[in-house]
Amino acid sequence: MTEYKLRTRNVRKTYGSVVALKAASIEMQEGEFLTLLGPSGSGKTTLLMAIAGLNNPDSGDIWIDGKLANFLPPFKRDLGMVFQNYALFPHMNIFDNIAFPLRMRKMPMALIRKEVARVLEIVELDHVAKRFPRELSGGQQQRIALARCFVYKPSIILMDEPLGALDKKLRESLQREIKQLHENLGITVLYVTHDQEEAMVMSDRICVMNDGSIDQIGTPNELYFQPSTMFSADFLGESNLFDAQVLEVGKDSVLMRGPAGMNVLGELKESVKIGEQVKFMIRPETVDTDNDVTRDNAVEGILKEVIVFGQITKYFIELSDGTEMVSTQLTSRSSSTIEIGQRIILNWAKTSTVILTSDAGS
Amino acid sequence: MSSKSEQLPSVTYTPIVRPRNWSRFLSISPAILFLGFFFIYPVVLLLGLSFVDSSGTLTLEHYTRLYEKAVYVKVLLITLKIAGWTTIFSILAGYPIAYLLSTVKSSTRNSLVIWVLMPFWTSFLVRTFAWIVLLGRHGALNELLLALGIVDAPVRLIFNFTGVMIGMVHALMPLCVLTMMSVMENIDRNLVSAASTLGARGGQAFWRIYFPLSAPGVAAGGMLVFITSLGFFITPALLGGARDTMIVQVIIFQIHEVLNWGFAGAIAMLLLASVLVIFFFYDQLLGLSTLSGESTHEHKKGVIGRIGRWLGGGVINILSYLCEQGGILIDKLTPLRTDRKRRQGSRTTLWITAMTVIAFLCIPALFVIPVSFTEDGFLGWPPVGFSLQWYEQVLNSPAWAAAASRSFVVAISSALLGMSIGVPAAFFLARRQFFGKAALFAFLVSPIIMPNIIIAVALFYLYAKLGLVGTNMGLILGHTILAIPYVVITVMAILKNYDHRLDQAAWTLGANKWQTLTRITLPLLSAGLIAAFMFAFVISFDELTIALFVTGGEVTTLPKQMWDDALMRVSPALAAVATLLLAFMSCIIFSTEYVRRRGLRK
Ligand SMILES: Nc1ncnc2c1ncn2[C@@H]1O[C@H](COP(=O)(O)OP(=O)(O)OP(=O)(O)O)[C@@H](O)[C@H]1O
Ligand SMILES: [Mg+2]
Repeated sequence: MTEYKLRTRNVRKTYGSVVALKAASIEMQEGEFLTLLGPSGSGKTTLLMAIAGLNNPDSGDIWIDGKLANFLPPFKRDLGMVFQNYALFPHMNIFDNIAFPLRMRKMPMALIRKEVARVLEIVELDHVAKRFPRELSGGQQQRIALARCFVYKPSIILMDEPLGALDKKLRESLQREIKQLHENLGITVLYVTHDQEEAMVMSDRICVMNDGSIDQIGTPNELYFQPSTMFSADFLGESNLFDAQVLEVGKDSVLMRGPAGMNVLGELKESVKIGEQVKFMIRPETVDTDNDVTRDNAVEGILKEVIVFGQITKYFIELSDGTEMVSTQLTSRSSSTIEIGQRIILNWAKTSTVILTSDAGS
Repeated sequence: MSSKSEQLPSVTYTPIVRPRNWSRFLSISPAILFLGFFFIYPVVLLLGLSFVDSSGTLTLEHYTRLYEKAVYVKVLLITLKIAGWTTIFSILAGYPIAYLLSTVKSSTRNSLVIWVLMPFWTSFLVRTFAWIVLLGRHGALNELLLALGIVDAPVRLIFNFTGVMIGMVHALMPLCVLTMMSVMENIDRNLVSAASTLGARGGQAFWRIYFPLSAPGVAAGGMLVFITSLGFFITPALLGGARDTMIVQVIIFQIHEVLNWGFAGAIAMLLLASVLVIFFFYDQLLGLSTLSGESTHEHKKGVIGRIGRWLGGGVINILSYLCEQGGILIDKLTPLRTDRKRRQGSRTTLWITAMTVIAFLCIPALFVIPVSFTEDGFLGWPPVGFSLQWYEQVLNSPAWAAAASRSFVVAISSALLGMSIGVPAAFFLARRQFFGKAALFAFLVSPIIMPNIIIAVALFYLYAKLGLVGTNMGLILGHTILAIPYVVITVMAILKNYDHRLDQAAWTLGANKWQTLTRITLPLLSAGLIAAFMFAFVISFDELTIALFVTGGEVTTLPKQMWDDALMRVSPALAAVATLLLAFMSCIIFSTEYVRRRGLRK
């Protein structure tokens, strides 16, 4: 068995009658960037707190560096945590804030000065050392929170929506900074965000959480193109989701009867049986509107609406039974030549049809 | 009410006032005029008396006498010593409770706070007598100690410094707890969590992070206790020995026995001067704004501020170091098990400590109730048999009935008057930005800072000229002075959390200023306003100092009647009155709490 840097098994946490976390199991390799993604209240912070040792889980196990750490006090875990609201100490100036973990580690003063100066340089805020947290902007405070965490070189860093309160521009530049620090220092990062784009950009793997339990873990690509549950499919990106009945299970494909009587071909998935009711999903960007009837799947509909979102254009097509399907394409000059009300044959490859087995949540 | 006269444009985003239009100050002027005439003016008059002799010529004779007679300086020093120790004990015993209260669930907190506030609702005269009976030579505590064999002979717990401390700490600790709690509640708990992930042990995180952040609350609570204790006279008179005389007792003696107003004024001046010096140091160290429970992390630049910070930092380093070493030692003695929950030893200790202190706060109230049903003729422990005779005696006595009804009338009137003056002032202060705002706030709350005895004596002097001594009106006006600061502080606190955009929304929807005020603002604030009213009511209902001076003959309030009664004879009738009062106050507090919760649900 490979040794994981961080591992949890069936961690459960309740607050009175509220089950905040049901049975969370994750494994992280050294140097990995894993993101917890999920709606508000899905238990992301609770899991992070359990790993940091800030709440005692009701049951389940936590290993850090292969050692059992269920009730190891936080200050012995060699991990760093960046809190949702920064948690900078308001009564200490920036220097003292960043020096705090070093002082706790009994580092000599000369070295502390050097180290603090070094991380302040990394976050490009060397001029604020004498200021107090409230005298910094939100983005600056955020960077100080990161600096305070990086300065003592913990081998694992937990970040709870670190960029939540920032505007888009600052957010993107900090995303790059965090990613760079992660790569340069080889730290294991467990990251929490609401923002799926952020999760996609930054993570090696994403862990989708829903209602206190883990829905699916996978690379951004897997999650996006091969979601295994309704929830993940719906939560990440946009999707065309339909009910269908399995007609045939072939050698390498599955044939289903979808809405408007269309026959849909999808890639083989072992678990499906003939006659079973399933759902399938097609990402709008994999659906073409070029009337190519020779593809694996083709269905006719009427164009209802075209919306140009800058670089991309969305086409809303109504099938014969009134079901709506969306296709997303790069905006081009020809986009505007298609007229509303026109008949269109939508088509897509069978690899783009993702069959979802009904999950417990739905 | 007030805002009707204000002429804001219908949609404002920055309500900044240009003080050109004087009608805008209409809402604050009643408060200024009232306090100016009934508070500042008489106090200045009284203090002015200290500079003239009996024939009316300017002199410093009172001050030279003050200086020559070592006894007055000595009394001042004793007063400062008693106040200082009261403050220290109140903080030491109150901090664990405040810490516990600010870290438990809000439902637990609400029920615990009621017990912490117990001393507030037990009339202070009665609790003083309760202490006499409990701590006396043959009192309940000594009996217990003897029975347990802890001591061989009765311990002297009363009529000395110990007695004064017990009485005063008991009376003032709730104030300290509430003030510290209001600061602690606003400390972000993630900060301590953050410190522990950064490598701090529990004790280190507490001393380096939590404690410095709670320090403004400790200072403000301590300050309030200190200033209030300077004005105490009943507790030291009844529980202390001859050597525990406080300065207020000397002022009362000068006025009641010697009728030397000028000299009384000089002593009052001495008291006021020491209060001001203390405030100066406090301001240098922490800033006066922390007194309202606001925590500023602004660092004071002055020399005193720097020395204070340096000393504080040193103490915190030492305590933090001790905690760390202790933690390491414990780790060595009991090897760490990561598969088992750690024992929460510190939490248990905290609960035990806090519960012990809460028990101390509740004892006199719990003592009074059984004693009121005694068949015996005197206030003693344990009560004998069961009878309602004392209740009958009190309820059938016209004197008690008259005092009770007067207390009601006075308390309701002064609460109403205090509200109608204080609420507009609070609105004005909370909603406007103008030059001198801090000074105006300080002026409005200054009656809290001024020792009550000075207000009482000054009012007596003024009323004597106006013919208001011994009238209900005089009492109402006097209690209104005390009520205004509390109303202003309470209402400003709720306005701080009130979303001003709701008013703006109402204006854009077509409501005029008056409609907005009556249909939106006041209903939303009703819970807070009721709390402010109750606060004012209770302050007046339990007030003795002013009542002692401005009432006369037949015109007494309940506390005054109890005082007079107690001076004649300490009978269980007092316990009966106290029990009735306790029941009554409980009703008020619970109904306030009920209204508050209903307000929260909305
Ligand atoms: N201290 C607490 N007491 C009671 N319930 C809690 C506590 N902390 C969290 N919860 C509950 O546990 C559940 C999970 O909370 P958690 O904070 O982990 O969610 P989250 O995924 O971090 O949400 P968000 O994205 O909004 O931060 C929620 O239903 C929340 O109400
Ligand atoms: Mg969260």
